[in-house]
Amino acid sequence: MRAMTYRGPYRVRLENKPTPEIEHPNDAIVRVTRAAICGSDLHLYHGLVPDTRVGMTFGHEFTGVVEEVGPSVQNLKPGDPVLVPFNISCGSCFFCSRELYSNCHNVNPNASAIGGIYGYSHTTGGYDGGQAEYVRVPFADVGPMKIPQGLHEDDALLLTDACPTGYQAAEMGDIKENDTVVVFGAGPIGIFAAKSAWLMGAGRVIVIDHLDYRLEFVRNYAQCETINFTQVDDIVLHLKKITDYLGPDVCIDAVGAEAEGSFLQSLTGIKLKVQAGAATAVYWAINSVRKAGNVSLVGVYGPTFNMVPIGNVLNKGLTIRANQASVKRHLPRLIEHIQAGRLNPKEIITHRVPLEEVSSAYHMFSSKLDNCIKTVLVPSKLAA
Amino acid sequence: MAYTAEKTNSPKLDRKALEARIQGWGADLDLALRPAVPKEKAPPSGTGAHWIFPERQTPRYERERSTEHKFLTPVFGTVCPPRGLSGVIRKFAYKYSEGRMAHWLILLFADRVDVAESFVRELFFGRPGNVFSEMGLSAEWKRHGLRSRMGQHRSDVTSRFPKELLLVAGLTLTALQLARLVRNREKERYRYFSDAA
Repeated sequence: MRAMTYRGPYRVRLENKPTPEIEHPNDAIVRVTRAAICGSDLHLYHGLVPDTRVGMTFGHEFTGVVEEVGPSVQNLKPGDPVLVPFNISCGSCFFCSRELYSNCHNVNPNASAIGGIYGYSHTTGGYDGGQAEYVRVPFADVGPMKIPQGLHEDDALLLTDACPTGYQAAEMGDIKENDTVVVFGAGPIGIFAAKSAWLMGAGRVIVIDHLDYRLEFVRNYAQCETINFTQVDDIVLHLKKITDYLGPDVCIDAVGAEAEGSFLQSLTGIKLKVQAGAATAVYWAINSVRKAGNVSLVGVYGPTFNMVPIGNVLNKGLTIRANQASVKRHLPRLIEHIQAGRLNPKEIITHRVPLEEVSSAYHMFSSKLDNCIKTVLVPSKLAA
Repeated sequence: MAYTAEKTNSPKLDRKALEARIQGWGADLDLALRPAVPKEKAPPSGTGAHWIFPERQTPRYERERSTEHKFLTPVFGTVCPPRGLSGVIRKFAYKYSEGRMAHWLILLFADRVDVAESFVRELFFGRPGNVFSEMGLSAEWKRHGLRSRMGQHRSDVTSRFPKELLLVAGLTLTALQLARLVRNREKERYRYFSDAA
């Protein structure tokens, strides 16, 4: 089969690889019909995630059709169209039985601090991802969901990660009626976090980024206020000023390890790698949120440490909540929102690219060219 | 101008206006409707698992695992097993627990060795990749590279890039200056010994 493979920092290509096989009785093999490139794939692409091996296939956002199932699979059969949450989860461990599917303890031998994720280095279990023609899907009775009748496949694709992650970001902010919510990052996650903040009753939603085209998009899509942080002297002070010097009630970091905005953070976190990514967004979030406010983190950072003002967390009495999204538990409610017209995830897709052009798709997304927000890779048979 | 008990960081609440302006405003205001509240709860209709502990997958090779796990997890990925020098380094890294910096730094080092090894392997034993094409640089002209960067207030273009250039220039000048100092000192020493002879 053809699959995207990692060759080294900033280098990927399409290669022929052996088609995956059933390796466990509850495995399924899924023929991929759509795979998206996620912002967190860029951390792999840029060589920031430890144990990213040459030859690995990325891609944790994909939909497809079941091709083959293992002998113990009960809920799926060949031919079923499925959306596959990015978390690999066993459904029976301490964490899964509490609906913390992203923290599953039975799927990642390489690290105990994180669960299993498709195509996200050996640090998350060493599974190939969905930017390929076929993919192995472990625990087929737990993770994948048959795409309900009437749900557009593009919406289903965005339900595998971006939309639930944005929703969970807002949910972890514990938003109350008329709260002021600030979202750092106008990428797909930030866009869905802003939209979800309104669903939870926010009174004011402000999105921060440095890319004008993304800010314009989120302003129209999520009817929120926007600020380009390069156009103000000090974004923390600016946020204080526009919230009557109290600070926002909730701040959401939807950026993660490759944030712009602080040369020192970028130098130490991205170039020198002496900290686990540039923690600029979480730094700003902690400093700008009001005392006793909530900070919600869904931006991805590395496993070591970061320069964050932890003293301010204590002195301000903040609540910090963070996790990878537990996709499966959010799906029923999010599908209700889509069917009711309250959410329209597929509108954020800006580019559809044949799998053959995966290298240029990564470069475009990484360099933020052509007003790119969300890129979907389509295997060539389907793209024609 | 005073700090009072009033909540002044949001506009005055006008539910009707918000509902009219934003489709679905407040649909999940009730915590009972939020799927992950409370944080830990039993799945309402099961997880799909029909086992207490999953059947174990058979390893194809000696699978590296974190020392913070009691045993090899029942299911795991099998792609890209450790190989060559990078494989030896990776196995060494897994002797350290996840809490140790050494674990992660050695893994990052192994990643770079893996890239170099793969490049050499392809050069001698396979078809070497086209680095230009692997970097996807054709997107620069197909996807308006220049237009996407110019006049857009992008921090990476307007702020970070000039600072990086300055830093590189500063470091290069310092290195050159140091090299000149060392060379001059060597010359002085040589002259001293020549004069003495």
